[in-house]
Amino acid sequence: MSLIFGAFTMGLILSLLSLGMLISFRMIRFTDITVDGSITLGAAITAVLITQGWSPWLAALMAFWAGALAGSVTGVLHTRFKIQKILSGILMMTALYSINLRIMGRSNIPMLDTNSFSDGMRALLLKLVNNADRINVMGWQVSLIDAAVLIMMTFITVIVGFLLYRFLLSHFGTALRAAGINDQMIRAQGVDHHGMIVFGLALGNGLVGLSGSFLAQYQGFADVQMGIGMMVWGLASIILGEALIGKNSLGLQIIAVVLGTILFRLLIAIALRWGLNPNDLKLVTSLFVFMALVAPQWFRKLSGNFQRGKGHA
Amino acid sequence: MLEITHISKTFFPNTPNEVNALRNVNLTLEKETFTAVIGTNGSGKSTLLNAVAGTFELDAGQIRLAGSNITGWPEYKRAKLIGRVFQNPFAGTAAEMSIAENVVLAIHRGQRRSLRTAVTRSLREEVADRVRSLKMGLEDRLDNPIGTLSGGQRQALTLLMATWRKPELLLLDEHTAALDPKSAAKVAELTRDIIKQDKLTALMVTHSMQQAVDLPDRIVMMHKGQIIRDFQGNDKRRVRIPDLLSTFDRVQKKELFDESVAELLYGAYA
Repeated sequence: MSLIFGAFTMGLILSLLSLGMLISFRMIRFTDITVDGSITLGAAITAVLITQGWSPWLAALMAFWAGALAGSVTGVLHTRFKIQKILSGILMMTALYSINLRIMGRSNIPMLDTNSFSDGMRALLLKLVNNADRINVMGWQVSLIDAAVLIMMTFITVIVGFLLYRFLLSHFGTALRAAGINDQMIRAQGVDHHGMIVFGLALGNGLVGLSGSFLAQYQGFADVQMGIGMMVWGLASIILGEALIGKNSLGLQIIAVVLGTILFRLLIAIALRWGLNPNDLKLVTSLFVFMALVAPQWFRKLSGNFQRGKGHA
Repeated sequence: MLEITHISKTFFPNTPNEVNALRNVNLTLEKETFTAVIGTNGSGKSTLLNAVAGTFELDAGQIRLAGSNITGWPEYKRAKLIGRVFQNPFAGTAAEMSIAENVVLAIHRGQRRSLRTAVTRSLREEVADRVRSLKMGLEDRLDNPIGTLSGGQRQALTLLMATWRKPELLLLDEHTAALDPKSAAKVAELTRDIIKQDKLTALMVTHSMQQAVDLPDRIVMMHKGQIIRDFQGNDKRRVRIPDLLSTFDRVQKKELFDESVAELLYGAYA
């Protein structure tokens, strides 16, 4: 049972990453691989600050700002210096690897017995269940710490999702979305679309940094390698969510991304339980994204063939 | 008022593809006048329009609009003063966004974008009222993506968007060229009505001689990056399509002559 619980918690934590990528990948249409570096950046900053006695919430805030800074550098590389989108991200991601090592001072920082964002909730739960260390959730025995993290992450995800929803419906957010669809149109409406790209990447990577912060606090360590493949995971989650729920409205799209991320973590957990070698995880994820990207083309081609009749000259 | 003074632009300078798109062009548009620019392909008429819109930097010259020197302004900053409709009906709107969202972007053209909700109930009513005037039934489809509209509907809406906030200058870049004849006529009619009603200053590039004769107060004829004829006032009122065509003909004949003479001379001296 702790498997499903853990997958849920991880899914909620990483849904912040997926929401960040929803802005970069879907809204401003920027395939942004900075994500691999900025999630580690968020974790690294959090680990250093918390082990130095900072409040977990302040550390998370700093992780957000650091991610936003990294994202805006990627944006400036693309808009100001005319470097291709994907290459701007690769440059920043590579630079972040060294920056993260510099911040941490070594490749791994353990965070045992340090403060965490779920401490308050844990104390509250302790009081509610009279100092038992496990609680009963619908017949399952769950450790108090896991329950506290899950509750907090649910709150945080709902708040972030709601704020994002309000933002995207605002005048500013509407302009941001239009900048991703038609840059000529939005310039003609008096909006600096380069500025919008930089802002979108900053906000997106800020959320990714925040995700990294909570991830480090949940896992109990920050590791310089932890970001590898995160961008593809986020992509897979977005695609999965959209396939299941669709993207007919902004609200649905946000819900789809969160549920897609949770479902994807569940699928991974189940696959691992069935004996999938963890080393193969990234290969399987890449294959999944590949399939998800080409399947619609195949279907279109197939149905096209049927409509035209086979053997069409 | 728009004042274009001594502007020049060469694309791909010092290469075999060098194009002198604008050569020392001067043009002043008085307030509340409607001017059409006509010319052959490659005459520089669209370049002139884009120079005003700010899609590229000039090599020389100055552009002033409504008292400001806008020569160095980026395209998005000029949008504070300028409303635009493009040739491609897909260029002026965001296809995946709804009619209401597209219009709300235009209502705040050139202004700060706040964090308040963009599409509110009162705004929807305002949009529905104005859109109803197009008589296209779009007022019932405010939440539909603009991509589901026909080219003519999109262009009519783009025109409405470009003039929602009264612009100091309206730029129309062959905005009916990509439409079927019926839609083109409707958009042309709408253009004339809006410009007259809102007393706009407008500059329109067109391929259609008929439009050039029917709609504006003034016709400017361009050729090879220069203005070669300017029909204003009584001149404009008297001008008919054959007059425009014969002017083009004369220019082209003269050119043929020039080239053949040049060739002759080249043969004699080489």
